[in-house]
Amino acid sequence: MDRGALFVETFFKRDLIARYLPDILKGMVVTIEIAVVVVLTGIVLGLVLALVRSSGLRLVNLLIVVFADIARALPPLVIVLIVYFGLPNVGVSLSSFAVLWLVLSLVLAAFAEEIFWAGILSVRKGQWEAGRSTGLTYGQTLAYIILPQAVRLTVPPLTNRTITITKNTALGTVIGVPEILNQATTAQSFSGNATPLMMGAIAYVLLFVPVVIAGRFIETRFAWRRA
Amino acid sequence: MDAIAQQFFNIGIMRAAAPLILHGLVMTLLVCLAVVPLGLIGGLAVAMASRAHARATRFAVAALVDIFRAIPPLVLLIFVHAGLPFAGLRLSPFASVCVAFFLNNSAYYGEIYRAGLDSVGRGQWEAARSTGLTGWQALIYVVVPQAVRNVLPDLVSNTVEVVKLTSLASVVALPEMLYAAEMARSLTYNPSPIVLAAAIYLVLLWPVVRLMSRLEHRLGG
Repeated sequence: MDRGALFVETFFKRDLIARYLPDILKGMVVTIEIAVVVVLTGIVLGLVLALVRSSGLRLVNLLIVVFADIARALPPLVIVLIVYFGLPNVGVSLSSFAVLWLVLSLVLAAFAEEIFWAGILSVRKGQWEAGRSTGLTYGQTLAYIILPQAVRLTVPPLTNRTITITKNTALGTVIGVPEILNQATTAQSFSGNATPLMMGAIAYVLLFVPVVIAGRFIETRFAWRRA
Repeated sequence: MDAIAQQFFNIGIMRAAAPLILHGLVMTLLVCLAVVPLGLIGGLAVAMASRAHARATRFAVAALVDIFRAIPPLVLLIFVHAGLPFAGLRLSPFASVCVAFFLNNSAYYGEIYRAGLDSVGRGQWEAARSTGLTGWQALIYVVVPQAVRNVLPDLVSNTVEVVKLTSLASVVALPEMLYAAEMARSLTYNPSPIVLAAAIYLVLLWPVVRLMSRLEHRLGG
């Protein structure tokens, strides 16, 4: 067999593609499901934490900072394993899907909180004072004056971080969430051929290349203006 | 409360697992020493190639960068470790990790360098060249110092990500820190060893994460 045929036989074997395509597609659905719920809960929670932090309660702020630091410093896989193996032993049992959702949401929330907080800080003090002096309440100033300016600044870094964390859905395979990578490695061990792995990689490329390109577009549109 | 302490902070088990985990820590540091420089150098090559004169080169680099940014690093790692042997290329876990993370990190570092170079205005180039500096001198003495300053927070935060990424090596049975901790956990049925590993990651990375926040807040201002 010549090299080209061997390559096709190893990575693009026709009958294996046909056999495992439904599994990979199912994996893609699961990956998209986790990604969507993680992005929604993570960003909302991050915004809430940043808003709470802006109210300036010392003890609460300290807790938020400690949480954000820990979640940003630990490898997500470490957190996933602690939660997955630890919670059942103290009487809480969560599905592996729920564990992955919980952990990735918390990690995204930690990064999002820091990014939103940096955005809030970047809006000059005069904006606060002007808002308050025109008779707006604290909440109104935050909602109508500060946040619209802050969010604009946060879009590029938040987009990048969200993409990175969304790709971490692949960690689910370690605890048996049937997402793309899990389907691909299972199929690979059944078939004894690398074709399913190639299919998995292509599935990720199909899902995430558009996201990466959109992210780059957003980044240039909303670019931080540097003096 | 006591159950939680027993499950997550079991001192006896941690003490028993500590030698294994410290052994793993050495491997984690070795992996970092390999993959961080590899990524920094690969990223430089990517950034240079993305400024090439030939259009085809620029396009090819852009496509490769997007593909390797789209594939999760764990997928890349498993592909290299479990997929390539079918094509006759069998790499050790350490080599697999180096290859997979080289591809991933070069794309990320490359994008950061590129953003840095783009952030330096054309006028700087022109001024440097017009004072008689060669292209390389202009790049090294005028453009790169400014570019690095502009993207320093991104470089630091990406390096933190790379260090965290090394924990994925446990999946391909490279005996780094998380692998050692997970082995101890499966022997004791108690997650305390992983908590100990987490504490070590925290000690290593927390100062950098703090620094990152400071750099980011300053840039926001």
